[in-house]
Amino acid sequence: MRLSSPNLTHNCLKIALFTLSLLLISLNVSTAQDAETAVDTAAAPEQAADSVNIAPLPASNIKAIDLPNDNGGAVFISWELSPDDDGNGKVSGYLVQRSESKDGPFETAGKAVRGATKFTDNKTNDDKIYFYKVEAYLEYLDAAGEKVRITSAATVTGPVQSSAQWFNMNRLYVLLFLLFVAGAIMFYIEKAKKGDEIYIRKIAGIDAVDEAVGRATEMGKKIFYIPGIQDMNDVQTIASIAILGRVAQMAAEYDTWLEVPVSKSMVLVTAREAMKEAYTKVGRPDALQDSQVHYLTDDQFGYAAAIDGMIVREKPATIFYMGAFFAESLILAETGNSVGAIQIAGTAMPAQLPFFVAACDYTLIGEELFAASAYLSREPRQLGSLKGQDMGKGLFILCIIVGVILATLNIWDMSVIFVSR
Amino acid sequence: METVSIWIAAILTLGIFSFLYKDNPLYKACEALFVGVSAAYWAIVFYFDNIYKKFYEGAVTAEEPDYFLWIGAILGLLFLTRLIPNIGWVSRWPMALIVGATAGLWMVGYFVSNAMNQIGNTISNIIVRDAATGFIAWGETFGTLVILVGVLSGLVYFFFSKEHKGVFGATAKVGTWFLMVTFGASFGYTVMSRMSLLIGRVDFLLGDWLHILR
Repeated sequence: MRLSSPNLTHNCLKIALFTLSLLLISLNVSTAQDAETAVDTAAAPEQAADSVNIAPLPASNIKAIDLPNDNGGAVFISWELSPDDDGNGKVSGYLVQRSESKDGPFETAGKAVRGATKFTDNKTNDDKIYFYKVEAYLEYLDAAGEKVRITSAATVTGPVQSSAQWFNMNRLYVLLFLLFVAGAIMFYIEKAKKGDEIYIRKIAGIDAVDEAVGRATEMGKKIFYIPGIQDMNDVQTIASIAILGRVAQMAAEYDTWLEVPVSKSMVLVTAREAMKEAYTKVGRPDALQDSQVHYLTDDQFGYAAAIDGMIVREKPATIFYMGAFFAESLILAETGNSVGAIQIAGTAMPAQLPFFVAACDYTLIGEELFAASAYLSREPRQLGSLKGQDMGKGLFILCIIVGVILATLNIWDMSVIFVSR
Repeated sequence: METVSIWIAAILTLGIFSFLYKDNPLYKACEALFVGVSAAYWAIVFYFDNIYKKFYEGAVTAEEPDYFLWIGAILGLLFLTRLIPNIGWVSRWPMALIVGATAGLWMVGYFVSNAMNQIGNTISNIIVRDAATGFIAWGETFGTLVILVGVLSGLVYFFFSKEHKGVFGATAKVGTWFLMVTFGASFGYTVMSRMSLLIGRVDFLLGDWLHILR
């Protein structure tokens, strides 16, 4: 069917009028809806204000006990959530109130966020008894913009008294593993003392100590021994001083000048003692001079700058870096490398090991530093200790394998006995 | 005054940097100044913090003196017996106490943080599943396996009482590879942080001193 032109115009006009009327109707509807929404919105603050003015329901089942496995001075408080604490904003949190009397007055020991069911009061006196109550509260801003807090009713719980425990049961497994390792060490020390041969594998860095001392002797140059920048309260420094004793013994035998610049006064004293013992052991106590062990500065980079200067001016044949090092490790090792010294490093600082590995000829990695003195001295006591520690590592490997199998089969999560709480 | 201090800092910075060329009088002067000033600074800090604040104010002038501090003071004085040859051996007592107490105090801390916690965190289900779908998350599973193999082979490497040969030796070799990869990553990371220190000094020289950077 074909439409004539006047018909087409007429039809189009009708469609346009119909569309326009629909548009007007929809506009009216939406305006009316907007008006209704506006009325709702206007009513909303009042309704909200009504709802916030209701105090939340209280928390229940409140318990206060002495915090277990601690050194006193703390009470652990737990509760069940207020029925209003359902995530709808009716509860802002919980106020934990403390008093030395059941009838009060109560003071705020602390706050817990909504959804929390426990709180530890770390400010108690072990000689006093306390009563606690936990109030659920709601905070909001009133019409004047002031913060308003409404708290729930609360029952008082107590009395409770904090106290120290002699034994931290959370660390029971630590004790058991330590006893195993210590027992293994003592067992192998006894075996070694009785003359049993204890095998220790080759450690390249330690084998090179002889070579390094010999090289300095042949070249007629000094040996520098840098014991790190930590004090005697660091086990790495203690291990370093033990190795120094052995190096000093070799240096005394070969009559080679061994110089130990230190950054801590305690290390100065201890290093001198170790050197004295070593020189005496080889029958040359008179060869030792106090100036061989000398203090520079406690400052990390001042110490590094001074050693750098000493290295480039005196050009030692051998440099030992044994102990705890930080950012100065690469500065020292690169300077030593630039003068062609044979360098042996040893540290248990993970961040510094890469620098020593890159810039030194030999590096004792982590525990190799602690094994070095046993390896060098070959004393039965130290060898037995090393063997005992290996038994500890064997037990740990076994625990990991068994633990992973149990965890993968969903039988038992063995990690709970290892991770400290 | 600030201008003077900036100039001093800039000259000292350049003096220390001059070591990159070679040892020279300016570096020697900066080094001597650095060592001398820092040694004196720390001496004052130690005196003020320990002898004055902790001991004098805590054990001498305090209303309720802490008499335990006298033990530390006496042990400290015993160190000075080294200056008297006849009784110099007495200085070994405080030293022995410090070394022994250090070893004992650190034993549990080291054991927990370096052994127990590490083992506990290694023990986990090696098959990791996606929480939403329940299917195996291959990426996480592979990561868990890498950690497990790395820890076990690393531990084997640090066995000293058994020769590294055969299967044991091969495992130790794997441990060595893990260590080297770790060191490589750590090297790159630390070098980048050192670069930021260098940038800080260059920023000081070009900005605060020369005002080229703004």
